[in-house]
Amino acid sequence: MIAALAFYVFAFILIASAVMVVTARNPVHSVLWLILAFFNAAALFLIAGAEFLAMILVIVYVGAVAVLFLFVVMMLDVDFAQLREGFQRYAPLGAVVGGILFLELVLVLGAWRFASDAPDLRLAPIPEGVTNTEALGRILYTDHIYLFQLSGLILLVAMIGAIVLTLRERPGTKRQNVAEQIARSSAVTMTRPAIGAGIRREEILRSLPPPEPPAPQRLEQHGGHH
Amino acid sequence: MLSIGLAHYLIVGAILFVLGVFGIFMNRKNVIVILMSVELILLSVNLNLVAFSARLGDLTGQVFAMFILTVAAAEAAIGLAIVVIYFRNRGSIEVEDVSALKG
Repeated sequence: MIAALAFYVFAFILIASAVMVVTARNPVHSVLWLILAFFNAAALFLIAGAEFLAMILVIVYVGAVAVLFLFVVMMLDVDFAQLREGFQRYAPLGAVVGGILFLELVLVLGAWRFASDAPDLRLAPIPEGVTNTEALGRILYTDHIYLFQLSGLILLVAMIGAIVLTLRERPGTKRQNVAEQIARSSAVTMTRPAIGAGIRREEILRSLPPPEPPAPQRLEQHGGHH
Repeated sequence: MLSIGLAHYLIVGAILFVLGVFGIFMNRKNVIVILMSVELILLSVNLNLVAFSARLGDLTGQVFAMFILTVAAAEAAIGLAIVVIYFRNRGSIEVEDVSALKG
């Protein structure tokens, strides 16, 4: 009973915040509504018994992806009012397509049922007496190890891709050339000066540039601060 | 008697999916909101997978949902990087300006 009420509350907030994501005037507000939607979806996952996915949703989506969106929205100096010009024009088309899609999904839902032998075809039945996280880990690192490694590879490619895409060479930056530094000739060598002789004898001391003329002092006017 | 079954989750997932598609149509010019709509669509798919996993007692659905989460995170990172460099080069993120490949 409590779970059912909680489900309705979370589902309602989820759908309402999803509506706000697509209709908000300001993209910053859109991102904030998206964060709320992710939190409520995590609550729905919890009600369905997928605790680990709920945690991952909060950590990865709210903690990383939504913050990334927020960062980009705030970093780009875009005239968002101008971007909403076609809003009214495309709304009827979007409503028609969305309505048809929803009708089709509901029709599929109404005319659909499980196969009679569906419980026998389970690939990894949920074990008894084991937490969700441990059960997931047991099959993730054994049965699905190749997919797991592949998803790691996808993340690596995405990381390198994002870095390569946004990296740019600015003219005039000074950076360390490690190869040149290691392969240097004996232009800079270590010396052992005589103790007490100072740096002048070894001709290390270079002449200093002439001192800058002192900046003209501004005379303090009468009155000053009050 | 209130009880939560598979159908409730599927209805919520369907509404969320339709809202994501609707968002893509509504915000035809703003790439960032389109990316957010794609995230909503992927979230609805995850909701369906988790609901089926709970109903059937099969953990494979949750493993699938986790991989979808991974790919969605990678997609968001790449998409936003493309948006950033596009804005840097052209000074705009309007979708209709992106027509260099049209010929």
